[in-house]
Amino acid sequence: MAILIDKTTKVICQGITGSQGTFHTKQAKAYGTQIVGGVTPGKGGTKHPDAELADVPLFDSVEEAVKVTGATASSVYVPPPFAADAILEAIDAQVPLIVCITEGIPVMDMVRVKRALDGSKSRLLGPNCPGLLTPNECKIGIMPGNIFKHGSVGIVSRSGTLTYEAVKQTTDVGLGQTTAVGIGGDPVKGTEFIDVLDLFLSDPETKSIIMIGEIGGSAEEEASEYLVREAKKGRRKPMAGFIAGVTAPPGRRMGHAGAIISGGKGKAEDKLEAMRAAGIAISPSPAALGQTLMEVLRS
Amino acid sequence: MNIHEYQAKELYRQYGIPTPNGFAAFSVDEAVEAARKLPGPVWVVKAQIHAGGRGKGAFKEKDAGEKGGVRLAKSIDEVKQFAGQMLGKTLVTVQTGPAGRQVNRLYVEDGSAIDRELYLSALVDRASSRVSFIASQAGGMNIEDVAHDTPEKIYTMSIDPATGFQPFHGRKIAFALGLKGDQAKACGKLIENLYRMVVEKDMSLLEINPLVVTKDGKLICLDGKMDFDSNALFRHPEIVALRDLGEEDPAEIEASKHDLAFIKLDGNIGCLVNGAGLAMATMDIIKLFGAEPANFLDVGGGASKEKVQAAFKLILSDPAVEGILVNIFGGIMRCDIIADGVIAAAREMDIKVPLVVRLEGTNVELGKKILRESGLKVVPADDLADAARKITGEVKKAAA
Repeated sequence: MAILIDKTTKVICQGITGSQGTFHTKQAKAYGTQIVGGVTPGKGGTKHPDAELADVPLFDSVEEAVKVTGATASSVYVPPPFAADAILEAIDAQVPLIVCITEGIPVMDMVRVKRALDGSKSRLLGPNCPGLLTPNECKIGIMPGNIFKHGSVGIVSRSGTLTYEAVKQTTDVGLGQTTAVGIGGDPVKGTEFIDVLDLFLSDPETKSIIMIGEIGGSAEEEASEYLVREAKKGRRKPMAGFIAGVTAPPGRRMGHAGAIISGGKGKAEDKLEAMRAAGIAISPSPAALGQTLMEVLRS
Repeated sequence: MNIHEYQAKELYRQYGIPTPNGFAAFSVDEAVEAARKLPGPVWVVKAQIHAGGRGKGAFKEKDAGEKGGVRLAKSIDEVKQFAGQMLGKTLVTVQTGPAGRQVNRLYVEDGSAIDRELYLSALVDRASSRVSFIASQAGGMNIEDVAHDTPEKIYTMSIDPATGFQPFHGRKIAFALGLKGDQAKACGKLIENLYRMVVEKDMSLLEINPLVVTKDGKLICLDGKMDFDSNALFRHPEIVALRDLGEEDPAEIEASKHDLAFIKLDGNIGCLVNGAGLAMATMDIIKLFGAEPANFLDVGGGASKEKVQAAFKLILSDPAVEGILVNIFGGIMRCDIIADGVIAAAREMDIKVPLVVRLEGTNVELGKKILRESGLKVVPADDLADAARKITGEVKKAAA
C-alpha cells in the first residue's frame, strides 16, 4: 500500500516534447513508472525525437490520450502562460490525478483552476511542486529516485528540495518511505496538507509521518488543528516536522509566491507552536528530520 | 511589483473608478503647471515613493521643511514652495527604514473635502482561493491594528470566479461600510470596476486607504496601493512599463534579470541554493551554527550555467561575504549543471573566500566528478549539517 500512486498508475505527460518534460519523463520511465503516453498539441501520432521516449505514443489532446491509454494520472510540464489551460484540459478529460510541476503560473489563473476542481473527478497536486513518488513503484514529477527506499514513513512538504532532505534522511536512518508528496509553494494550489495527512492516516502501511512547512499562510496551523481533531477520534500516527524560514525577515517574499510573513501572519513561531500542540516532534534543524522521527518512534 | 500612487490613479481612471484629478510632476515647473490645470482652492502635493506612511514621514534635510511627504497647499505659490522643498530630498517613513528614499516625483492633486474615511482592499486570498474584498468603516488607520484590536470592524467577502461580480456583492460591501441610497449604488459600481481591474491586471493586492465620502456625498478613492503578481507580468507589458527601477535594490534588479530569487540580508555567509524552502532552511541552519546568512538566493529549477555564474557575481558583489555555501539538492536542477556553473564562476571571478559545496540528487556523481577534476579549492560536504558546519568553520579559520 501507498497513497495516490503505485505500480498500477498509468501516467501521461503534458508537455512531453519540451526540454523539462523530456528530461523528467525519461527519468520517471527509467525509475519504472508506467509512462503510457504524452500530449503535445499538433504532434499527435508523431514519434518523440528522443530515442528513449520513441516508444511513448503522442497525442494531440488529453481526452484522446486518456481514451486510448486508460491513463489515471497526468504530469504537467507546460510553460506558465499555458499551464492553467493544460490543467483545465486534464480536468475536462476527468484525469483522476493531475500533477503540475510548472513554476510561475499567474495566481489569477489558479483561482479559476481551483474553482474548476470543485465537483470535478480530478485531484490536482501543485502547481510549483516536485510531484510525488512511491518507492520502487511510481514516480511522477522531478524527485530524484535514487534517494528513496521502500519503507514506512509518509512525507508531505510545501517545499520541493526539503522533501528530498526528509526522504534522504529517512532512507539513511533505515526507515524508508511509503509515499513522498510535495504539495508546492504557491498560495493557491490543488492539494493541501490536510488532504495528504488524511490519506496517510488511512494508509495501513504508513507508520509515521513527516510534515515540512514554511513561512506564509496558515496551512500548517489548519493541518495541526485537523490532526488534533482526528487524534480525538483515535486517528493518530507518530509525526516529526519542520518549518523553513525561522530566520526570514517579515515583508519579504522568499522565492515561493506563498512564502511571506505579512500583516503579522505566517510566522514560523506560530506554526511551530501549532504543530507542537498537535503532538508533532519539531526537528531543531533541517538536517535532523530523520533523527527526530527515530527518537519519536523509540520513545 | 509595486507602482507609484499617480500611476495607480491613472489605472483607476482607465476603469472608471472615481479618484481626484491630479498630475505627476518631475520638476517645480511641472508642479506649478499641474496646479494651474486644477481648479483649487486647495491642492495636495504628494511625494511619490514606493513606501507607505508618507504623510507621517519626515525629510532628512532641514530645508525640506518640517512637514511630511503629503502637504496641503492653499495657493499655487505654496505648491511651488512645497515642490521646491520636497524634490530631490530624502523622505523617511516607517516603511523606508532609516536610510529613507529620495523623492524624484511628485503628484499634485485636487484637494477633497472629506466627510468620512473608509477602508477597502482586494487580494487573492489563499484560504478561499478567490479574490477577497476587505472593508472597514475604520478608514485612514493602520488596518492591521484595526484587525487585531477590533476584528468586528473588519468585513470580508470573496467573489466566486465562476460567476464573477454580482450586484449583491456591491450591496454587501455598501452595507458593511454604512452606505445608503445613491452612495450604495455608487459602491456597487465601484466594487464591480475594482474587481474587473484586479482580475484583468493580475493584481495580488489593491489597498484603498482611505476610500472617502466627500462632503458633497461622493465616494472617491483617495489613495491606491497596488501590487502586481510577478508571475503574470509576461502578459502585462503596460504594467512592466510603470516599473521604477530607482525604487528597487540594485542587486535585486540584477537578480531579476537572471530570473533569480535574491534577497540581501545582513550576514557574512553567502548562500546559493536550489529551491525556496531549502534556501530558507539553509539560512536557518547557518544561524543554528552561529553565523548569519548574507542573502537568500534560490537559483530555481532549470538553472543554466550562466544563471549560476550570475548568482555567484551577485553574492560576491556584497563586501560583507566571508564565505559561500552552495547547497544543491537536485530534482529539477541537475547537479552537473551546477558544478559546471560553479567552475565557470570560480575561474572567471577568482573567488578568494572559502567555498563549500554540497551536491545531492539528480546526476550527483557526475557533478561531484566535475568538481573533483576541476582542480579548484572547493570544500565538499556530505549533507546539510556537514555543509553548515564546514562553512562556518572555514570562515572562522580564515578570520583567525
